[in-house]
Amino acid sequence: MTIKRRKLLICRSTGCNSLDAAAVHDELVKQLKERKLVDVEIKKTGCRGFCEAGPSILVQPDDVLYVHIKPKDVTEIVEKHLMNNEVVPHLVYMDPQTEGFVPKMDEIQFFHKQKKITLEHCGLIDPENIDEYIDLGGYEQFEKCVKESKNYEVIYDIKSSRLRGRGGAGFPTGLKWELCAKEVGDVKYVVCNGDEGDPGAFMDRTLLESDPHSVIEGMCIGAYAIGATQGFIYLRAEYKLAIRRFDIAIKQARMKGFLGKNIFGTGFNFDIQLKKGAGAFVCGEETALMASIEGKRGNPRPRPPFPAQSGLWGKPTNINNVKTWATIPHIFSMGAKEYSNIGTDDASGTVILALTGKINNSGLVEIPMGTTIRDVVFDIGGGIPNGKKFKAIQIGGPSGGCIPANYLDTLMDYKTLTELGAIMGSGGVIVLDEDTCMVDLAHYFITFTQRESCGKCAPCRVGTLKMLDILTKFKKGKAVMEDIDRLKHLAEIVKKTSLCGLGQTAPNPVLTTIRYFRHEYEAHVNGKCSALVCKDLIQYEVIPTKCIGCGLCAKNCPVNAITGEPKQAHLINPQECIRCGLCIVQCPSQAIRKINATQQGGM
Amino acid sequence: MGYKTLITIADITNTEEKMAIEQILKNYHNENGNIISILQDIQDHYNFLPSYVLNLISRELKIPLSKIYSVATFYTQFSFNEKGKHIITVCDGTACHVKGGPLLRDYISTQLGIHPGETTEDKLFSLEEVSCLGCCAIAPVMIIDDKIHGSLTVRKVNKILNTVKKSEAAEEGSQ
Ligand SMILES: Cc1cc2nc3c(=O)[nH]c(=O)nc-3n(C[C@H](O)[C@H](O)[C@H](O)COP(=O)(O)O)c2cc1C
Ligand code: FES
Repeated sequence: MTIKRRKLLICRSTGCNSLDAAAVHDELVKQLKERKLVDVEIKKTGCRGFCEAGPSILVQPDDVLYVHIKPKDVTEIVEKHLMNNEVVPHLVYMDPQTEGFVPKMDEIQFFHKQKKITLEHCGLIDPENIDEYIDLGGYEQFEKCVKESKNYEVIYDIKSSRLRGRGGAGFPTGLKWELCAKEVGDVKYVVCNGDEGDPGAFMDRTLLESDPHSVIEGMCIGAYAIGATQGFIYLRAEYKLAIRRFDIAIKQARMKGFLGKNIFGTGFNFDIQLKKGAGAFVCGEETALMASIEGKRGNPRPRPPFPAQSGLWGKPTNINNVKTWATIPHIFSMGAKEYSNIGTDDASGTVILALTGKINNSGLVEIPMGTTIRDVVFDIGGGIPNGKKFKAIQIGGPSGGCIPANYLDTLMDYKTLTELGAIMGSGGVIVLDEDTCMVDLAHYFITFTQRESCGKCAPCRVGTLKMLDILTKFKKGKAVMEDIDRLKHLAEIVKKTSLCGLGQTAPNPVLTTIRYFRHEYEAHVNGKCSALVCKDLIQYEVIPTKCIGCGLCAKNCPVNAITGEPKQAHLINPQECIRCGLCIVQCPSQAIRKINATQQGGM
Repeated sequence: MGYKTLITIADITNTEEKMAIEQILKNYHNENGNIISILQDIQDHYNFLPSYVLNLISRELKIPLSKIYSVATFYTQFSFNEKGKHIITVCDGTACHVKGGPLLRDYISTQLGIHPGETTEDKLFSLEEVSCLGCCAIAPVMIIDDKIHGSLTVRKVNKILNTVKKSEAAEEGSQ
């Protein structure tokens, strides 16, 4: 019997690597060698987005996806699937609703409603091998543009695709390019913004780790359209794997002649240099980013002048986000009109979301603009774990806002999200359930922006600090009702008067939580945190009927706040307790619970 | 090494150290605009920014020391204190935050007896906190010695810490 030539695609992105994909990979290599299965190819790929199910192996051409693979599972896959053509049912994805096994990747609900354009290659090609990208038509669009189109034709195409920037503000990309192309200058620059400072976002990292060449090709096309000869990519220092892979990709592209001098023999010169960020959220803001590339403190400056007029070293500069650049080659290969037909009137094409938090299927998803929040959370995301109730999504990171459950049927695009007080931002979606305290969340975000404020303008530097003070009062149960409006008033001032986007958007998490969850602020004034999160308003107690007196909690309590005789119900002293929650984790019989503190002010 | 203002590359007696610094400066063509990259590589080498090296860089590149400090203090990546042998970075990004990241941070904090930003007295552990490591799908997340650990629970953290401590004890014993 001849077995059709199979490929095993194993994800080696940061997510799966941390779940020990390397051990699975090694085991696969070893077993194929031992059994002399020379016909099977193992391929190291980037991320397919389904991080929840990692480490995962995709068997092609069967299109069968094995999930949560451990080294010990490899034997079964090799013996049954590769040698006997039988799918191993218990290693494929199980639909939690039907409890049926779903072997085919496309039929898994997580993938079903997605539309992969920008992420098309992710998880299917080896990001460290340029030939795989070329085999799928890579760099063809760049060649076509340079050889067959005038620069204004390229810009016209991007304009008619109606693509909007995916880095936050959603500025029309074609228009941005046009403005920069029109500027006269001996030198022009293009910049790829890969700072991805929003906590809860990993779209850019995944793209750079999984398909770096699409970003490079996009930048090449953009540089040609604008007339730039030098490109920069500004990448977060924390993204070690992305940095490594992008560096490899640049070198390979140079070797193939896609970067460098006289590209395709047309006289067009362009090259890209990689710059590592050094850990400052504000450096994602374009003027701060440029200062940082120049080797200065990452202080933002007022615009105008815009980067197109005066950017890096005073030269015309065009900055786009990683996802924006990566989408460019796909627009040309599918056709600008075709791309613009996807989505809504407000926004064309697809959007990439990082879906995390209290959700069953966390990972990276790509959906047409205008998909409802419900589809994202419940169909693709598979709903909320442990039977908990959905409370809200937080979208747009520290510049974004919370959208509560009664807006589940909202279509997601730039306009509607902004109307609701949030922003699309770069696409980080954090799903919140009933156990999330909205006051704590607002406090969390303001702590973040307050720390990241560069300090140049007073509204942001002082305003965020004052907002944090008020929020801390709420968390401690020391706030009064008037503080809610005081906080709102302050937030509005900071929003209106800050110098850069950081301060102008920092109040959004506060304003949306007050708008949709005012009752939670009121409850905190009354000393209650209904999600039982704010430490000063809760206490821990032992349920005597459930306690088996094993003493594990007492042994592990860092402050010796728990007492009790062996085999007797134990007792927690609320005065000593620091509410670290360790005892709950240790308890084998779920006998410890959190309750609202009996006295106001708690400890 | 004590504080000494007039220091040049020639003053460095350790040849390995000398070569490393020379190489870093060469990699970036002694260019002022690359100061952040240079500082990053210096920090990679020493795991912090020793003041005498900043002094030296200032002289070699002819950049005022104040300017170097103005850049270095702006970015959270840079540290002016020597860090421990094992660096533990706990994520307090949004995804990790709602999935119990702060609980893990507090746990590690009590176990090691240090707060984020501090180093244990035996210089074995440093604890750091960052906002998002970009692995939010497997939150909560921490990194020990460049290895990422995801989907953490207190139990898992305990196991990981114990493994590191044990290997340290074994090393101690074998010496
Ligand atoms: C505080 C702040 C942080 C930002 N962070 C990022 C970021 O991490 N990545 C990004 O692409 N854009 C970020 N932006 C938006 C950029 O300033 C810029 O608008 C964007 O890179 C333009 O790309 P686009 O047109 O492709 O969206 C940030 C803006 C602000 C105000
Ligand atoms: S929030 Fe922790 S890794 Fe992103």
